[in-house]
Amino acid sequence: MATHPHDIDGRADSFSHRHLLGIQGLTAPEINLLLDLADRYVEQNRAGAKSDLLAGRTVVNLFFENSTRTRTSFELAARRLGADCINMSVDGSSVKKGETLIDTAMTLNAMHLDALVVRHQESGAPKLLADKVNCAVLNAGDGQHEHPTQALLDALTIRRRLGTLKGLTVAICGDILHSRVARSNIQLLNIMGANVRVVAPPTLLPSAIGELSVEVHHSMKTGLKDADIVMMLRLQLERMQGQFVPSQREYFRFFGLDYEKLAVAKPGALIMHPGPMNRGVEIDSLVADDIHRSVILQQVELGVAVRMACLDLLVRHKG
Amino acid sequence: MTQRTAYLNARLIDPATGLDAIGGLLVEGTRIADFGPGLFAGGVPEGVTAVDCTGLCLAPGLVDLRAFVGEPGFEHNETILTASRSAAAGGITALAALPTTDPVVDDVAGIEFIARRARETKLVKIFAYGALTRENAGKELAEIGLLMEAGAVGFTDGGPIADPALMRRALSYASTFAQTIFQHPSEPRLAGGVMNSGEIATKLGLAGIPPMAEVIMLERDLRLVEMTGGRYHAANISTAESVNVIRRAKARGLSITCDTAPPYFSLTEMDVGDYRTFFKLKPPLRSEMDRRAIVEGLADGTIDAITSDHQPHDQDSKRVPFAQAAFGAVGFETLLPLVLDLHHKGQVPLARALAAITHIPADILGLRRLGRLAKGGAADLVLFDLDRPWRIEAEKLASKSKNSCFDKRPVQGMVMRTIVDGRSVFTRAA
Repeated sequence: MATHPHDIDGRADSFSHRHLLGIQGLTAPEINLLLDLADRYVEQNRAGAKSDLLAGRTVVNLFFENSTRTRTSFELAARRLGADCINMSVDGSSVKKGETLIDTAMTLNAMHLDALVVRHQESGAPKLLADKVNCAVLNAGDGQHEHPTQALLDALTIRRRLGTLKGLTVAICGDILHSRVARSNIQLLNIMGANVRVVAPPTLLPSAIGELSVEVHHSMKTGLKDADIVMMLRLQLERMQGQFVPSQREYFRFFGLDYEKLAVAKPGALIMHPGPMNRGVEIDSLVADDIHRSVILQQVELGVAVRMACLDLLVRHKG
Repeated sequence: MTQRTAYLNARLIDPATGLDAIGGLLVEGTRIADFGPGLFAGGVPEGVTAVDCTGLCLAPGLVDLRAFVGEPGFEHNETILTASRSAAAGGITALAALPTTDPVVDDVAGIEFIARRARETKLVKIFAYGALTRENAGKELAEIGLLMEAGAVGFTDGGPIADPALMRRALSYASTFAQTIFQHPSEPRLAGGVMNSGEIATKLGLAGIPPMAEVIMLERDLRLVEMTGGRYHAANISTAESVNVIRRAKARGLSITCDTAPPYFSLTEMDVGDYRTFFKLKPPLRSEMDRRAIVEGLADGTIDAITSDHQPHDQDSKRVPFAQAAFGAVGFETLLPLVLDLHHKGQVPLARALAAITHIPADILGLRRLGRLAKGGAADLVLFDLDRPWRIEAEKLASKSKNSCFDKRPVQGMVMRTIVDGRSVFTRAA
């Protein structure tokens, strides 16, 4: 096989995974490989160039849960690699779980796909599909389990700004309990040698959070102290009204990121958010739009490159 | 010039430090300047007003963990003014008001309203509980953080939180702000009756409230406390088994507190007698065995505090068939003599009995400077005659409502003067 320009010093062949179901199971060298490859795609995208690396390959976006951002990002990634990309949206409520999900998988499998990008409201659904199909399965977010490409794009954003993840203090703030982004990020950051803190009221933390190699804080004041990165999470509207926190205004008062709370973090600490943001709930608009510190739009840009790297590594050597 | 008052020859009692000695106490302005056995041995300095306290006890003013003060919304039963007068007459210098008003105190404005009315009334110190859930509806958490910042001293719905998932979240969430949840343990689906279940209820044909209704919720809550690490206080403990459950929980190191009220160590279901609605309380008066267990719980410290559980109701709410009558009794002015009764009967040492109505409730409310004698501390004091016998007469109570369950009861121990921030807010006519 000819050496590809993005072969990353011959390391691409060392990526042995068939699927990307989560950060769990990846090693630091594998993550670095993905990030190095993504770096090259960032430059390619900025140059406006396209590739035909995956020409003739078929990628299907199978989304059981609404998503515009992630689906678009995956679609762009596939097309920029020259693949054919088809979007399938399935209304979750009309799908009977279990048997029907497997039926869907078997049907798609019969069509000889190369990659299946899956988002599902139930944790573990992509794993169930992966066990049944012959193509690569990429998890685009499953329930409250994992969202590996989000964690990778967050890592790439940090690495491009600060050079490394090792030794950095990262404060992940907000609804950790319901967040697949948090679960993926906690694992990735730990693998890469960062110090991970979670900051939230206990009602928004899993009860066994202490087992995940994180420092647990219930106050922004201690949680953000000397942090290099402040990663805010979205608080779902239905969780703001008294079940997990009493109200939006109380949440913003104690856990919303504003300049006052940010003041204890390292000078120039970066602000991240997986989007979409609730301005005035988990993040103050001024902070979100601070061009010196907020890297929220850069996260979106790098997301496409990261997904290109993932599709590339999982698809190009297959079949 | 600052007003200075010397209280001479008093029996100084400070349960927080164990002080119990004849001595003097000097108040300068609003603060205690000095106190001790030897004070004023060389006479009272010039310009100091002297109050001779020979034969009387001088102790920290009582801190009442829980009372209903009528405002806003129930002014026909009690107002902050009448509640304050009644509390002052009972030797109470600080109290915590329940949020079960109309509207419910579940927002910052409610807390500020109580604080403003107390300031205007200028008698006793009134602190406010915040509602634990919006509208006390038991469904959604109230704004615990914002209410705390506004001055709420704790969180309660004034009744049981039935939903265990909500209780779990409430304990977790409140712990963020180091706030205590004050639960009234009573499983509502078991507690639909009107008096203690048992022989009397059966004979009277009244629906019973089984002791288990209290015990089951208490045990559930203690498991949730263990799981969440939350701060928890059980209000109005009334059964023997509740005392056992709490005693065991404390023995295994659980950091919880609880209280009871004078009816539960002074009266029993027998007092309900012939449908006497003034003895209709929540939780209900229990059996003699339960009453004795409450006394033991107080003696060994299993039960931390005693509250007035002041629940004023007008005559119309009580002059109805038993099942239709309101629950509750007034309690400010009978609190001290009934607590002293424990001492007079030799059941609970004096210092321990007084601790349950002074520094312990203050600590439970996080008011760690109240309920004790301290140089530089607020001059909140009660001067009382430990032994003086008298008979409680409901009609003479200062409370706007007269629904006492201790009418005509002979007691021993009388409040002579109540001092808040150095000012006498109640003085008994000689």
